[in-house]
Amino acid sequence: MDDIIFYDRLQFAFTITFHYIFPQLTMGLSLIIVYFKWQYIRKNIEKYNDAAKFFMKIFAVNFTMGVVTGIPMEFQFGTNWAKFSELTGDIIGQTLAMEGLFSFFLESSFLVLFIFGEKLMSKKMHFLMAFLVFFGSWASGLFIIATNAWMQHPVGYEILDNGKYVLNNFSAIFNNPWLLPAFLHNQLASLTTSAFVVASIGAYYILRNKNIEYGKLFLKTGVIFGFVSSVLLIFPTGDWNAKNVVKYQPASFAAMEGIFDTEKGGTEIVLIGQPNMIEKKLDNKIAVPDVLSFLTYKKWNAEIAGMDKFTEDELPDNIPMLYYSYHIMAGLGTIFVAIMGFALFLLYRKKLYNYKSLLWAIMFLFPFPYIANLLGWYVAELGRQPYLVYGLLKTSDGISPTVSSGNTLFTLLGFMGLYFLLGLLFLMLVGKTINQGPKPQNI
Amino acid sequence: MEIYWYIIIAVVLAIFFILDGYDFGVGIIHLFFAKEEKDKEVISKSAGLFWDSNEVWLVAGGGMLFMAFPKLYASAFSGFYLPLIIVLWLIIFRAIGLEFRNKINVQMWKDFWDKAFGVSSLLLALFFGIALGNVVRGVNLGGVTNGVSIYESHYFFLPLWNSSFSPLSESPGVIDWFTIIIGLIAVVTLAIHGASWIILKTNSSINKKLISVIGKLNIALIVLTVLSLIIWNLVNPNSLDNFMDKPYLIIFPLIYFTGLIGMLFQRKIKKDLNRFLLSTAIILGGITSSLASMFPIIIPSTNSINEPLTIYNSSASNYGLSVAFIWSIIGLILVFIYAIIQIRFRSGKIDKMDYGH
Repeated sequence: MDDIIFYDRLQFAFTITFHYIFPQLTMGLSLIIVYFKWQYIRKNIEKYNDAAKFFMKIFAVNFTMGVVTGIPMEFQFGTNWAKFSELTGDIIGQTLAMEGLFSFFLESSFLVLFIFGEKLMSKKMHFLMAFLVFFGSWASGLFIIATNAWMQHPVGYEILDNGKYVLNNFSAIFNNPWLLPAFLHNQLASLTTSAFVVASIGAYYILRNKNIEYGKLFLKTGVIFGFVSSVLLIFPTGDWNAKNVVKYQPASFAAMEGIFDTEKGGTEIVLIGQPNMIEKKLDNKIAVPDVLSFLTYKKWNAEIAGMDKFTEDELPDNIPMLYYSYHIMAGLGTIFVAIMGFALFLLYRKKLYNYKSLLWAIMFLFPFPYIANLLGWYVAELGRQPYLVYGLLKTSDGISPTVSSGNTLFTLLGFMGLYFLLGLLFLMLVGKTINQGPKPQNI
Repeated sequence: MEIYWYIIIAVVLAIFFILDGYDFGVGIIHLFFAKEEKDKEVISKSAGLFWDSNEVWLVAGGGMLFMAFPKLYASAFSGFYLPLIIVLWLIIFRAIGLEFRNKINVQMWKDFWDKAFGVSSLLLALFFGIALGNVVRGVNLGGVTNGVSIYESHYFFLPLWNSSFSPLSESPGVIDWFTIIIGLIAVVTLAIHGASWIILKTNSSINKKLISVIGKLNIALIVLTVLSLIIWNLVNPNSLDNFMDKPYLIIFPLIYFTGLIGMLFQRKIKKDLNRFLLSTAIILGGITSSLASMFPIIIPSTNSINEPLTIYNSSASNYGLSVAFIWSIIGLILVFIYAIIQIRFRSGKIDKMDYGH
């Protein structure tokens, strides 16, 4: 890989990874806040309102971080990927501009009113503010995924003589078969992250013997939301996405599943193993025969194309990373279902709050859904390689023609330094908010 | 369609500079004039409550620019690579200063973030002015050296500066003595704007002093304006053509000078809102006059080989622009409704508004 493409990609990967720590929490958390506000209206118990306001504080810090790390994402389309922007702006510009107009205004306007306006409006109005924040943040997710879905599976376009991609069917962008499964999977994943964070804070309060009432409420809410969303993540949405990959990007499917050689009559599913790119095989493999064929086609002996069916040019350029991203994501997803399922069982038996070892586990578990979420995006992005627009536009043809690698490295280093500082401050502030609890004694 | 989108994007960006402009101005005033903790707190709050909803206008404007004029977006953003990324860093740094200042009640902590907020606001105002200066002056499209384009005709790359600092050289840098003057105009204008906002929205103890500060800054602005107009003509000799051809465009410079001259009498103003409207007129008039003088060019070329980028040769397809026309009308109506709801809840001085509890 040339230096310049490597730095452009690394800068985008680094800044988007850091950015996506925040929206994945705000999207899921906004729904949980709506739930708390709804319970407050229904039951009229202050505890629920306190919970909603407490999480809105955490939401607000994350929202700020999301805004300031999001602007660089929009800018980078132009600064680092100018050729890509010039050629495809006619199409992806639509969804990105719609995000600005339809989601950000909604989200930011009503977030301010939610935070400052409680005394100025009725309970139901305040609930409505929370709902509009939720709606805005999910709409934002929809527009971004629509953009990405077009890059994964381009629809509704034509290519002009000068190489430009122009839109010829607006509704096709939103009817893209890639969009709905990817959107639902992504939203459930962010709900999982948020549910785990809520449960983790709850477990912390209970273990620390502080804010116990809130601790129990948070833990219970987090476990219920967490279980439901992590189950739905695997089936139907995860399954649905995998089928899309096998249908539209078979080379990526072979790479992420780690199938080097096409098997006659039934393909095994790989659980563990390390891709060995020199000998073209998996080292230390543990696999179950025929299962992948069954999961994909509901037939035990269906043939699935392995990497041997594709040329070097068609395969993703970082197969081990793609393979690991996918397997770690899927493995973590399974663990989430198991832990939340067990916690739900204990909750039902009324033993959860005293089951210390599980509380410790839940408290320390919260980083892992973040990891799984980010890895899910790595699967999508690495799987699409070597293309920016699948099958049509190569990544190497999308970079800015006039920006040199020295300049990109300079800005990449700058982002790293600034984001390190930003990360420290963020952790400090959220930690402080959690320690103060939903009912701070003195500020 | 191109003209519709040109106007919409210009309006959105003008609103951004008016709204986030007072944020930047508040930062500049804060840096130089706020001395007591009580004032510092309320002044930074007068920016801090609203900055993120103001910055949404930048994001929206950027998105629409991308959609409607993809070629321009690609060319300008990659060409102004370093200044844009530096602006991003400053925006981030400024936001941290505003958001985190009051989270820890230690004077040293607050002082540090106040300075971060102030300095980054000052630099941002300067950079936005410099950006406008660059757009007026033009760039070396195609990167022409010795009569040959080294890039495609609509791409360029600007260094931060070149050794001569001259706007008249064939391959000027981002910063030269013309763009610096425009940068200073932006700083002074936004400082006036910010001061008007502070007087309007707070009861800080320096409000009286700020009125005289505005008076002095206004004189400076008049001097800088005259100076820049002279140089402007030197840098871009065609700058008056549009006004000759279409005399109604003179309305835009008139708005600017109404603000500028009106501000001379601001000591007599009874309603604080009127002062803020005057400074708004300066910003609005300044931006619109610059755009009107260049129309339909957006980025002029400093060489004679490559055509300038105009709204016609950099726009998206007609189909795309037309579809977007429909959704943009719906979107803008919604934004308008949000704004009305916001204003209903947010009016009045902010000293007594509470964050969180």
